[in-house]
Amino acid sequence: MVKFNINDLNIWFGSAQALKGVSMKIMRNEILSVIGPANSGKTTFLRMLNRMNELHPNFKMSGEVELDGRRTSELDVESLRKRVGTVFALPLPLPLSIFDNVAYGVRMHGLKSKAATSDIVERSLQEAYLWDEVKDRLGTSAFKLSGGQQQRLCIARTLAVEPEVILFDEPCSGLDPISTAKVEDAMLKLKVNYTIVLVTNNVKQAARVGDRTAFFLSGELIELDITDKMFTAPSDHRTEGYISGKFG
Amino acid sequence: MRNPKRNQKIAFFFLFLATLLIVVPVGMVVVIIVVKGLPAINWQFLSDIPRQGMRAGGIFPAIVGTVYLVLGAIIFALPIGLLAAIYLSEYAKENLLNRMIKLSIVNLAGVPSVVYGLFGLALFVVFFKFGASILSGSLTLGIMILPIIITTSREALESVPQSFREVSLSLGASKWQTIRHIVLPNAIPGIITGTILGIGRAAGETAPILFTVAAFYLPQLPKSIFDQAMALPYHLYVISTQVPNVDEKIRYGTALVLLTLVLFMNLTAIIIRYKFRKKKKW
Amino acid sequence: MRKLKEFIIEKLVLISGLASIFFVILIFLFLLKEGLSLFKFVNPLQFLAGKSWYPISEPPQLGILPLILGSLVVTIGAAAISIPIGVACALYISEIAPGKIKETLKGGIELLAAIPSVVLGFIGMITIVPWIKHIFNLPTGLTALAGSVMLAFMAMPTIVSIAEDALYSVPRSYKEGALAMGATHWQTIWRVMLPAASSGILAAVMLGIGRVIGETMAVMMITGNAAVIPTTILQPVRTLTATVAAEMGEAVVGSEHYFALFAIGIVLFVISFAINVTADLFLHRETKKI
Repeated sequence: MVKFNINDLNIWFGSAQALKGVSMKIMRNEILSVIGPANSGKTTFLRMLNRMNELHPNFKMSGEVELDGRRTSELDVESLRKRVGTVFALPLPLPLSIFDNVAYGVRMHGLKSKAATSDIVERSLQEAYLWDEVKDRLGTSAFKLSGGQQQRLCIARTLAVEPEVILFDEPCSGLDPISTAKVEDAMLKLKVNYTIVLVTNNVKQAARVGDRTAFFLSGELIELDITDKMFTAPSDHRTEGYISGKFG
Repeated sequence: MRNPKRNQKIAFFFLFLATLLIVVPVGMVVVIIVVKGLPAINWQFLSDIPRQGMRAGGIFPAIVGTVYLVLGAIIFALPIGLLAAIYLSEYAKENLLNRMIKLSIVNLAGVPSVVYGLFGLALFVVFFKFGASILSGSLTLGIMILPIIITTSREALESVPQSFREVSLSLGASKWQTIRHIVLPNAIPGIITGTILGIGRAAGETAPILFTVAAFYLPQLPKSIFDQAMALPYHLYVISTQVPNVDEKIRYGTALVLLTLVLFMNLTAIIIRYKFRKKKKW
Repeated sequence: MRKLKEFIIEKLVLISGLASIFFVILIFLFLLKEGLSLFKFVNPLQFLAGKSWYPISEPPQLGILPLILGSLVVTIGAAAISIPIGVACALYISEIAPGKIKETLKGGIELLAAIPSVVLGFIGMITIVPWIKHIFNLPTGLTALAGSVMLAFMAMPTIVSIAEDALYSVPRSYKEGALAMGATHWQTIWRVMLPAASSGILAAVMLGIGRVIGETMAVMMITGNAAVIPTTILQPVRTLTATVAAEMGEAVVGSEHYFALFAIGIVLFVISFAINVTADLFLHRETKKI
């Protein structure tokens, strides 16, 4: 089943072209890793999937992005972002309590009932493996949590609105190895219910969790393949060079 | 011969002297008014109407008038100013229109206060036929403090990190929901600061109310927004220059009440800003 | 529903954003509407260059040259006092004062800016005015000089705070570079910081002068208000602003006098507009450069 269908996508910020002629498919319930050196367009690619690039004042695009067969540009942007959630590079809690952080999305989508909100908060925190650590202090500020806890809180916050796709934008760049392992663990378990796109600077992380891996370089999609195949027998020498650490 | 070290000492001494030249007189102004005005302050002075051609009695109607004027000005200026600040911080794009709005704000802030008085007279008093009234005066003062409210509120809104907005939008919240639930709550201290500064400014200005509302002498309180009213700054002007033989104590007392009101507002604003900066969460 | 609400709010926000432009235009239009009527009676040159201002004589003589010169004398005096002191104070605050004192001074300057002009006028009447009378042995202390001194104090907060901002925004590397080459702190300030912040300081000076020209109450209370062409700073003068404030109360709506006061308003508006736009250009240049 195809979740996203991307066809000849070009993106510019001002006069600089960030993505050049990208065409690819993202399958349902897979983890797609996106790798590439800095400024290769991988984050732009990710932010395009739920139209976050549009916040940039000089953004221009051509080409098509379809979610379940419908163009995302024709969808209501709020419901698109509800279906396609993001976990950002740095843990970015909102300046609210732990509870309110997780409840924020569903409240914005119109949920009023307190009991239902509580249920969603508990379920989301459990799915992100944070519930046991915070269940006694849901009312305290989210800034009191450690970095790794904050990032899992952000995952719980994204899960709470029941997305179909979760975009991870280098979610472990600010975390220590133990916290990273916990976040990766969470991702693997989430795969059952969600489609996951993971942008990462860490080639090994891509190899550990990705079903398939896409390699971007200077705004172009160089190679997209089953992760194992890509890491053992890449078809493009640039992919090989990047994976083996020759540049990037 | 040239000696850089000594030159520096001399230069720094003069810089310090210049600073003293500003600070000491300001301190003196405040001290003089407090010392000479304090003996005049008592319950009767604050609660009584002026008597014997303003040579005795109190300043109650002037206090009430100023409170009404300031309230009116804020009711008018705060919603417009806040929305304008939201526009500039959240919606405006870097284009000619935005540039023109910013330039207009700078100009509104720079228009001489007496020109506001003329404008209020021509538009509200004469053209709209509100007459010299609290309504005319409040609207004139409201437009005058608009730039203060816009500028401080905009700074407060812009100091809320961009990442909060992105997070909120990425969860599918709409733009207005993001502003309403994330940006505004975190900008409130700055907005309050701006509002208080606006109040202080409106309370102290005389020229804009000269022809739009201020009554020379009005022994009763205004009953509606279409009445004239006395106001503290104008009252001080009147008893210092227009009425001979007013007891010095009354002049100083009036100046003290006005100064206290205005400085209290500003001090509050400074303290709120300082406290907020210290406990910022991000 | 949500879409509609969003749409309405967006329009409301836009309208409020445009309000500033609207009010500036409205102010100008209404000044023009009332002020231009004057030129049915007096030609503009007569108005601007006429040497006598006798608005209630018959026929009224409405030449504002004495008033323009009055404003000019007071303003030049105030600028001569406030610019050096203000810039020096800004340098002290931004470069020399240690942390705590710096914050206190900035707060103090802010408070000075907040003191109502009528209070400063009152204080001027009971301090500066008698001093000037005694020192120079004059019949009255209500002079241009008194106005200049008082106005210098009203301009200083503007000059100090904007100049301080300009100095603060000079990149640290400039200063560190100069110090690393062995320049003393003062040499660094004089040769590097001041030139680098010059356009911001210029803007500060202009806005300070703008404040002086527009100031009304204090001037009216302590400059003596004689509408004659000034020859020294030790004589009473009458400024543009004081004329409007003092006479509008008596002017009959629709009379030549009334129109003339609005015409003075146009002059004041144009002056302040020119000053603010130019100062803004300087400030803009400053931020672009860095």
